[in-house]
Amino acid sequence: MSARAAATTDTGSRTAGTAQVTVLRRLLSQRGTALALAAVALLVLVALAAPLITWLTGGSPTAFHGEAVDPALGGLPRGTAGGVSAEHWLGVEPVNGRDVLARVVYGARVSLLIAVLATAVSTLLGTALGLLAGFLGGWADTLIGRLMDLLMSFPSLIFMIALISAAPGADRRLLLIMVLGLFGWPYIGRIVRGQAMVLARGEFVAAARVLGASRRTLLLREVLPNLTGPVLVVATMSIPACIATEAGLSFLGVGVQPPTPSWGQMIASAVPWYASDPAYFLIPGVLLFVTVLAFNVLGDAVRDALDPRSKPR
Amino acid sequence: MIRYLLRRLAVTAAILVVICAATFAIFYLMPADPAQGACGKACSPERLATIRATLGLDRSPFGQFGDYLGGILSGRTYGSGATAVQCPFPCLGFSFQTNQPVWEMLTGRLPVSISIAVGAAALWLFVGVTAGVVSALRRGSLWDRAAMTAALGGVSLPIYFTALVLQYLLVVQLNVLPYPTAVRLTEDPVGWAQSMVMPWITLAMLYAGVYARVTRSEMLESLGRNYVRTARAKGLSEVTVVRRHALRPALMPIVTIFGMDLGALLGGALITESVFGLPGVGKLAADAIASADQPVILGVTLFAASFVVLANLAVDLGYAALDPRVRAVG
Repeated sequence: MSARAAATTDTGSRTAGTAQVTVLRRLLSQRGTALALAAVALLVLVALAAPLITWLTGGSPTAFHGEAVDPALGGLPRGTAGGVSAEHWLGVEPVNGRDVLARVVYGARVSLLIAVLATAVSTLLGTALGLLAGFLGGWADTLIGRLMDLLMSFPSLIFMIALISAAPGADRRLLLIMVLGLFGWPYIGRIVRGQAMVLARGEFVAAARVLGASRRTLLLREVLPNLTGPVLVVATMSIPACIATEAGLSFLGVGVQPPTPSWGQMIASAVPWYASDPAYFLIPGVLLFVTVLAFNVLGDAVRDALDPRSKPR
Repeated sequence: MIRYLLRRLAVTAAILVVICAATFAIFYLMPADPAQGACGKACSPERLATIRATLGLDRSPFGQFGDYLGGILSGRTYGSGATAVQCPFPCLGFSFQTNQPVWEMLTGRLPVSISIAVGAAALWLFVGVTAGVVSALRRGSLWDRAAMTAALGGVSLPIYFTALVLQYLLVVQLNVLPYPTAVRLTEDPVGWAQSMVMPWITLAMLYAGVYARVTRSEMLESLGRNYVRTARAKGLSEVTVVRRHALRPALMPIVTIFGMDLGALLGGALITESVFGLPGVGKLAADAIASADQPVILGVTLFAASFVVLANLAVDLGYAALDPRVRAVG
C-alpha cells in the first residue's frame, strides 16, 4: 500500500473506492442536490445540442424577423409575453425580432464554455502556485502569497474591464477566459497553499522523503493527490462565480460581443425595454439565476459530501 | 503595536504603488491614444502634437508614470502659458473630455456611492447575521432550511437582474416608489430614502445570503467549543452564552469580509449604479469606459483599489488591537 493510500484511510478503514461511492451516494441522497445535478446536466445538454434545438424550432440566433415586431409601437414584439408564437416559442427581441429561444440556447453555450475554461485556468494556476507556495515555503511562499494578496485587493470588476478594453481586437471569449482565470486563481491558490502546508508536514511525506523520493515525486505523487477534494470543491464553486461575472461583464458591454449571444448581454439589451417588454429580461435573467443556483447547490453538496466533519443530514 | 502599525502602513503603501503601476501599464498598452481622445474627430496633426506634449505623452513610460505619481502627491500642471491646465493635489489625472480634474469628478460622485454602500451594508449585516444566528441555534429546523434556501437563492441572484425585477415591480407595476434619482440626504431625506431603497435591497439580497451562510457555519463551530460548554456549565443564561461566548468569536471572520465588501462598494457599485442610473463612482466608471475617457478609468480604478486596500488595513489593525497574537505573527 502506498503512503498516499494510507493517508486517505487513516481516518477509518474505508478504501479509496468505497469512499468515492459514499460521496456519490451522499450527493444523490438529497433531493435538492439531485435536482441541481439534473438542472446542470440539462443545461449542458441544451448547450451541446444548441444547433439541433434551433434546427427543430426553426430559429437562428442571428436572423432578423421584422414581421414579428410592430414598428408602430417602436419595435415591440407583436403578440403577448414578448411575442410568443408557434415560430418563436420564447418570443422575439424588440426591434430586430431575433428569436429569443435560439439566442438563449446559444448563450448557454457561450456562458458555460467560458465559465468552465476560466475555471480550468484558475484551478490549474491556483493549484500549481498554491502547491509550490505551501510545499516549498520560504521565499516562494512569500512571493506567491504577496501576489495573491495583491490580486485579491484589486477592484477586480473595474480592472477586468480595463484589461479587456485594452485589447479591442482580441477574441473576447478568449480574453474573458484569461481575465477570469487570472483574477480567480488566488482564491483556489489560498486554499491549496493552506492544505499543502499541512500535508507537507505529514508523516507519509516524511516517510517518502526518507525512502529517497525526489522533491518532484513528493509534490506530484504524495501531496497533490491529497488535494483533489478541496480543489474539486473550490472549482465547483468557481463555475457559478465565473458565469455570473461573465454575464456581468457582458452586461456592462465588455463581455461577449454581438452578434454572439450571451445571457448578460441579452439582459443588458433588455434594459431599455424592461417596462414595456419584461419577458425579454426575465427569460435570460431567470435562466442565469437558476444556472448559478444549481451550481451553487452542487458546490455546497460536494463540499459537504467530501468533508468528513459534516454528518449526513 | 506601533511597529506593527508602521509595517502594515508600509505594506499598504507598497500595494497601492504596485496597483498604480499595473493600472498604468495596462493603459499604456492600450491602443487608444488619449491625445486623440482629447482632441476629438476634427484634429490636425499639429494640435495632436501639442496635446501630446501637454499631457506629457511624448515622455518615456517611466517618465509618464513618475509624472503621474508626482501629480498624486503634489498636483501638476498640464501645458504652460495661457493654455495651462491646473490639476491640484491630489491629481489623479485630468479628463479633457469633461474638462475637470478626475479627483473632483470622483469626490463629486462619492456621496451617492456612500449612500448606497452604507445603507445596503447596514441592511445586509443586520439581516444576514440575525438569520445566520437563528439558523445555527435552530439547526435542522424549518426556519433553518428556509433561511438557508433563501440565502443560497440570494447568493445566486445576478444584481442587475434583481435590480430590474425590483424596478419593474415597485416602480412600473405597483407604483410605490419613484424612479431613483440623486437626492441629497440633507436636502430631502424622504426622497433620498425612496431613491436608495431599491439599490439597498438589490445589494443586500446578495450579501445577506453570504453573511447568513458564514454566520451560521461559524456559529455552529463556536457553539461546539469547550468554552461554550463551560459557560453553559457555569449556569449562565442561554442569552449570555450565545451573545458573549458563541457569537463573539463567530463575528471575527464576519468583520473581515465586511471590511472588504464595504471597501469595495465605497469604490463604486458599478452594476447597481448603472442599472438605477444613480450618478455614483461606479456609474462614473461605466460612463468613462463607454466614452473611453482613460484618465477617468485609471482614476476610478486607483480610487476603488485604495478603498479595498484601506479597508483591509482597517480590518487588520482592528484585529491586531483585539488579538495580540496577530501582531506577533503578522
